[in-house]
Amino acid sequence: MFLKLEPRGEASRAMSYLSPLLAGLLTLLSGGIFFVFLGHDPIDALRIFLVAPVEDLYGFAELCVKAAPIMLCAIGLAVAFKAQVWNIGAEGQLLIGGLAASAVALQLLEVESFWALPLVLLSGMLGGGLWGLLAAWLRNRFNANEILTTIMFNYIALYLLLYFVHGSFKDPDGYGFPASAIFADSSLLPILIEDTRMHIGILFALLAVVIIWVMLSRSFIGFQIKVLGLDSNAAKLAGFKHKRLVAVVMIISGALAGLAGAGEGAGPLEQLVPSISPGYGYAAIIVAFLGRLHPVGIFFASLLMALIYLGGELAQIELNLPLAVTSLFQGMLLFYLLACDVFINFKVKFNRPQISATLENS
Amino acid sequence: MKQSVKKLLTGAVLGLSLATAGIAQAADPLKIGFVYVGPVGDHGWSYQHDQGRLALEKHFGDKVETTFVESVPEGADAERVIRNLAKSGNKLIFTTSFGYMNPTLKVAKTFKKVKFEHATGYKTAKNAGNYLSKTFEGRYVAGFVAAKMTKSNKIGYIASFPIPEVIRDINTVQLALQKYNPKAELKIIWVNSWFDPGKEADAANVMIDQGVDVILQHTDSPAAMQAAERRGVYAVGQASDMSSFGPKAHLMSVVDDWAALYIRKTQEVMDGTWKPENYWGGMAEEDIKIPAFTNMPAAVATEAQQLVDDITSGKFFPFTGPIKNQAGEIKVKAGERMPLNELVGINWYVEGVQATAPE
Repeated sequence: MFLKLEPRGEASRAMSYLSPLLAGLLTLLSGGIFFVFLGHDPIDALRIFLVAPVEDLYGFAELCVKAAPIMLCAIGLAVAFKAQVWNIGAEGQLLIGGLAASAVALQLLEVESFWALPLVLLSGMLGGGLWGLLAAWLRNRFNANEILTTIMFNYIALYLLLYFVHGSFKDPDGYGFPASAIFADSSLLPILIEDTRMHIGILFALLAVVIIWVMLSRSFIGFQIKVLGLDSNAAKLAGFKHKRLVAVVMIISGALAGLAGAGEGAGPLEQLVPSISPGYGYAAIIVAFLGRLHPVGIFFASLLMALIYLGGELAQIELNLPLAVTSLFQGMLLFYLLACDVFINFKVKFNRPQISATLENS
Repeated sequence: MKQSVKKLLTGAVLGLSLATAGIAQAADPLKIGFVYVGPVGDHGWSYQHDQGRLALEKHFGDKVETTFVESVPEGADAERVIRNLAKSGNKLIFTTSFGYMNPTLKVAKTFKKVKFEHATGYKTAKNAGNYLSKTFEGRYVAGFVAAKMTKSNKIGYIASFPIPEVIRDINTVQLALQKYNPKAELKIIWVNSWFDPGKEADAANVMIDQGVDVILQHTDSPAAMQAAERRGVYAVGQASDMSSFGPKAHLMSVVDDWAALYIRKTQEVMDGTWKPENYWGGMAEEDIKIPAFTNMPAAVATEAQQLVDDITSGKFFPFTGPIKNQAGEIKVKAGERMPLNELVGINWYVEGVQATAPE
């Protein structure tokens, strides 16, 4: 081998900042070449992918609409992942949150109180949090692997949602189609910028990022979570209540995903529909790791993820590129970002040519 | 002085741009956008809409320019995609799945000069119509063919969601079975998806294990047809002509042909005669087609074709009374035809269907 990766021993601070830049450059470069081969002007294609979606106020607002649920789910997942609790169930927690929020919103169709919206959102958080707690309980009580239980809970959540949206939550005036009635205005998230769909959900997401940041870096519970994640024996030795911590991180994680679900129903959708999430809970797993489980990283990673979704749509509209091509470009970007992180903990070493020559001979 | 020069210049520029805009308008093709719920390669629902789009391009040539966005989720993303299509100059936009209804109407409110056509919904606006095809007409013929071809008297139905379209088509198959083979039993499996080849194949295999020997599907992938081919039973294709996926299994396909409708709507927008309507087309409008009857005795094929001809001419209507519901109550009196406005939102099953209707 001509190139060799050698462990650094200590993570490189410089590389941790440089690696996203390097990944960005590599994406632009190979993306450019890729578009040339497809017969498109590379600069123009990259502009449509990465700049055009946010060129105007509406685009910026849409970025926030798209990023808010991803950010909420991802920041919640980061808390669980930090504690080495592998919650793969943000999707299900989001769906149950949306379902619980809708259940309340549908009771409040005639209500014009200020308290309608907080009630709707809180029930979403409660629903998601309890759904997360269920997996924590199974782990604590029966030692059930939470990776498996949370994945399976995603399916149960989806079928519960479908059961209700095809059943008792269906709009009685909806000709039998699976969608709830439109929520009352008092249950809807207020719009931040007029004539756009940007609602206050993005503020909740930002607030969650800040609170989780403070919690993880400044609070005792945050410290316990980190110790638990780094060495569960040390946590035990220190007398931290292991089971309680697992429950707490799952509740936080689930409640934030639940808030995301409530925010979709009470936000851009204004009703409960069978497909409230195009897989935000799964995208959030990528985002959490892309942001290296750090709140600031997750903030940027969510925006980036939202941007490439928007760019993918626009590329289909403006460049007539098929979905497969836009997904390929998105995958390329994520691949480079994750791959370049290798350089944080490893350094590249060029072997001397004669060694490789002897290797070839042998 | 300076001010007036500026004004003059602005005026001139404005006039110029107006003039060029006029020229551009005359030469520019009509831009038409499509939003698909699945990938164009699903060989079912979205594929057929894309075939309609291609036929439209072929028919109008340079006079139109089409764009599509595929696999658009029916959640919050739909509104943005539809809006971006309107923003990028599309004057006629087809949104081809039920979940796009409210987003389509929201965008229609903002883009008043753009015409919207939403498939399978029920709401309209000044610049938004909806359209649907009478799949039940084709499905009735499928029920007839299944009744004649089954040996085990077990017919399978792979269903997506209990929405009116699916309930209606299950009913129409049951009506055909009752008439042509009262011993035949209809088994329904819900896969809760429109396009999931894995689940569709599983459903097909489970039904074949239970002795089903004719499989009908109300989902979009050819997976069930392929499973039927492997296991040596018969199947009926949905949305597109699926004969190539089951050379020995394929009996017929209920094909949605959107070409005629898309061409007509485009012509109307060009002529300025477009109006919103609740359009529901079937065999008579050439929206529902059965390209071929295969793998069956000539007598059955002839009778099936006769059925198609009678439905096309209006001589026969599948929902003709007496029709009873599951409780045995008469819902349509003998000799009467069920009105279309009741069929649109149908939420009950006819007598003999082994399924619980959604509340």
